Amino acid sequence: MSSFLSYNLLFRTCVLIAIILLASCDGVQLNNPYPAEQNGQAILYQSFDERPKHLDPAVAYSENEYAFLAQIYEPPFQYHYLKRPYELVPLTAAKLPDISYFNKKNEKLSANADAKEIAFTDYIIDIKPNINYQPHPALAKAGNGEYRYHHLNQTEIDSLNTLADFAETGTRELTAEDYVYQIKRLAHPKTQSPIAEMMKGYIVGFGEFAEKVKSLPKTAIKDLPLSGVTAISPTQYRVRINGKYPQFMYWLAMSFFAPMPWEADVFYDQPGLSEKNITLDWYPFGTGAYLLSENNPNRRMILERNPNFHRETYPTEGEPEDQAKGLLNDAGKALPFIDKVIFTLEKETIPRWTKFLQGYFDASGIASDSFDQAVQFSEGRVELTPSMQEKHIQLQTSIEASLFYTGFNMLDATVGGNTEQARKLRQAIAIAIDNEEFISIFRNGRGEAPQGVIPPGIFGYLDGKAGLNPFVYDWIDDKPKRKNIAAALQLMKEAGYENGIDPKTRQPLILNIDTTSASIDDRPRLSWYRKQFAKLGINLVIRDTDFNRFQDKIRTGNAQIFTLGWNADYPDPENFFFLLYGGNSKVKFGGENGANYQNPEFDRLFEQMRNMDNNSQRLQLIQQMEGIIRRDLPWIVNFFPKKFTLSHNWYNNRKPHAMANNELKYQRLDTVSRTQQRQAWNAPIVWPLLLFGIIFAILLAFSVHAVRSRTRKNYND
Amino acid sequence: MISYIIRRFLYAIPILIGVNILTFVLFFIVNSPDDMARMQLGQKHVTQQAIDNWKQQHGYDAPLLWDEKGEGAEKITKTIFYQKSVGLFLFRFGTSDSGRNIGADIKERAWPSMAVALPTLILGLIVDICVALMVVLFRGSKLELGGMILCVILMSVSSLFYIIGGQFVIAKVLRWVPISGYDEGFAAVKFIILPVLIGVFAGIGSGVRWYRTLFLEEVEKDYVRTARAKGLTETQTLFRHVLPNAMIPILTGVVVVLPTLFMGSLIMESFFSIPGLGSYTIDAINSQDFAIVRAMVFLGSVLYVIGLLLTDISYTLVDPRVRLS
Repeated sequence: MSSFLSYNLLFRTCVLIAIILLASCDGVQLNNPYPAEQNGQAILYQSFDERPKHLDPAVAYSENEYAFLAQIYEPPFQYHYLKRPYELVPLTAAKLPDISYFNKKNEKLSANADAKEIAFTDYIIDIKPNINYQPHPALAKAGNGEYRYHHLNQTEIDSLNTLADFAETGTRELTAEDYVYQIKRLAHPKTQSPIAEMMKGYIVGFGEFAEKVKSLPKTAIKDLPLSGVTAISPTQYRVRINGKYPQFMYWLAMSFFAPMPWEADVFYDQPGLSEKNITLDWYPFGTGAYLLSENNPNRRMILERNPNFHRETYPTEGEPEDQAKGLLNDAGKALPFIDKVIFTLEKETIPRWTKFLQGYFDASGIASDSFDQAVQFSEGRVELTPSMQEKHIQLQTSIEASLFYTGFNMLDATVGGNTEQARKLRQAIAIAIDNEEFISIFRNGRGEAPQGVIPPGIFGYLDGKAGLNPFVYDWIDDKPKRKNIAAALQLMKEAGYENGIDPKTRQPLILNIDTTSASIDDRPRLSWYRKQFAKLGINLVIRDTDFNRFQDKIRTGNAQIFTLGWNADYPDPENFFFLLYGGNSKVKFGGENGANYQNPEFDRLFEQMRNMDNNSQRLQLIQQMEGIIRRDLPWIVNFFPKKFTLSHNWYNNRKPHAMANNELKYQRLDTVSRTQQRQAWNAPIVWPLLLFGIIFAILLAFSVHAVRSRTRKNYND
Repeated sequence: MISYIIRRFLYAIPILIGVNILTFVLFFIVNSPDDMARMQLGQKHVTQQAIDNWKQQHGYDAPLLWDEKGEGAEKITKTIFYQKSVGLFLFRFGTSDSGRNIGADIKERAWPSMAVALPTLILGLIVDICVALMVVLFRGSKLELGGMILCVILMSVSSLFYIIGGQFVIAKVLRWVPISGYDEGFAAVKFIILPVLIGVFAGIGSGVRWYRTLFLEEVEKDYVRTARAKGLTETQTLFRHVLPNAMIPILTGVVVVLPTLFMGSLIMESFFSIPGLGSYTIDAINSQDFAIVRAMVFLGSVLYVIGLLLTDISYTLVDPRVRLS
């Protein structure tokens, strides 16, 4: 019996090995995670590591949500894909908006009117005709012209599990009323839009509308007027905002202001559908180049080409070097080029990185643990390692429109305030904290040491000596060099803390930094922070706390020093400086100014600068503001993050963009090259299987023999 | 036996209420409804008005456990605890704080977890028992000593090492299977082979040592000597007599985990991108989604109670002397 079993098993193992050998001869990739029928198709394979929380354009506000939404929804404007600095161009709009200014009496003002006189600004937006929504059951109509699925009964709902279970779909043309409807949705308290409170301050009648509809269902807003937002015709609408706020144009390029057909809310709000997770937050509904055909963010999300997508062509202009890079090869061609995008959830970096190297993901970021494998620094230049170059992998780097900073609570008795003593203490700390070293050690060089608050690529940023922070750096050999620690110690002495000794206690000055980073992985970073302060003789106490308590401390002004970051909403200096505006003080006004910095001169300049168009006068004001911040130092800006992305050579038309997220429609795949390279990289190695089989057979035979001997021995005993 | 089962279910009610209260209190010691709102609303432009609006929309604007202003029963019923907990006892898990139906999510994610956990359990059980019996067969020999040293080595290695090592060798170097992923139906096989094999291998060390201990205890008993005396071979003795008599402790360990199998494994599912329930609770804790946390803790408690009950029932099947009354 036993010998029969062992021989049978051996035979089966041999058969399995033979199958695998045959399969490998045929060029089959056993490690291919995708079905064979997808080979050769224009499918882009991407990964994501965190599921998007919201896909309702009125609610979503995170980068990982925009990665999907921006492909599906179309606000009236978008960023030019190739041009830099970032430039807004029409998307569904026929042209950029007509902007008119009005005074309090509603009299029209000239285009160059003083901002103080301007009580209202009107944005008149014209929509292109013949833009249709993606096929969707909410728009399916029965023979009598009524909507097919707007009055579902319980039996129909019971038979549904996903949106794909609806047999029929329909479409209709995009109208200006859909944009108006979406802005009403932003206002409805039940939508819980994160920008609703902010928009109350800008859009005329927004707050009143929210108050009026708060007890009404979401679907009731369609016919209720919002005074500041009106559809003038089926292809034209007007948004009226309070005062002058040029940055409002950037908001009009975000998904918050994408169109929403009223049918969407009527359809999704039917009782019973939300229990099946069939909601607008789960199944977006737009006019964009792609539609979300599968949404299982615990496994994968699939975008497919929208069959109703309107005509849009690849840009014909870009930066001077774009032509040489091949970024204009598809100029004027109809978008999109990719048929399907499959996003797979990969929480762990090891399998994600391996799949990229195997060619099963077309692009990848670089995790810390694979950084040395991918990138090396040669004479200060970043380049790919030989193993990456061998695979013809491409590296792209770009500075993000974000910053990370160490903030001082300006209400704190020691580090805060506008006294000369406190300012010199902050300046000394700014010199001591070696941002360049931090970037090198903890970010593998993926960052830029800042000279001010404005990151590169944003209006107001100055390179070279003109943009130098003279309080922390010297200009030596045509580059900024951090001041010597002796300068910091001198500042400490002038601040009354000679050698870091607090005159009140005659002990080393004790400062506290609040952080939520308390895991073992964070300890080296916190230890590094302590060492930076120790250069000045300061004893830095790390107060690690959970996220909620940290927020409480910032909110109530109980933190002394803290680290935070900011990801810009739009590429304008106003979106950085407002974080230091006194009117946004966290403690006094609950705003975004966590440092509670308040400087009348800075505030005056900010109020003047924020409403201006980009010109030399504005640039001058920005430099004045930068000068004030460099001197007062409510923040030490630690670094502007630099994004490193890798892609295979079959993935074309990629250009990093810090603001736009709708880049997939511009990109192209060379699927022939991908298929060939995948096959070359992924042929299974089968001889170890044979070896394992033989070892297993020997062990099995030995075991059978040993059991028999043992049984005989026991029996004889 | 039916009355015993009913009694056990009735005993479970106060336990489940207690678990529910404990979860509630522990959660709200760490997180206030304001904190939950801030977490859901994000980091930017969050005003107190937006927070109050979120709490009102999600039913977190009531007192936590006791409403001073309420009258009569409303002191209890108009509280967050009552409003959020009462549906659980009817297995109505409701909607997560991010707007998803929890019951539908659990249904969807339970199957992939089962697809990995069940074969791992069954295969692991067979391998562990067979190897343990083999070791018992060779008790007192150098083979047993070597086997035990190997087991100690195997159980001393972190399961993370097996996962990363297995992925590196099998999926990356030899390219026999995809390194991670999942698919529906039969197509899932190529994705679950590696996690199942790693799960079985990682459990061999501790499993074999545990079952060996059980079998050694049995193998010295009188009935085994009798079996040998009547002429049975050692293999026959082990499989026909020792194994059935060692079933009670085996069942204790196995049956109790059966109902919780679909709850998944956090690390395994994370590394192999299995879309199961393994990370559901942890993700909810990180995002301060109380609705999911309470639902999963409640479900876990119910399943554990069921597991213990099934264990008791299974005793009667393997040991005729056991009677439930």
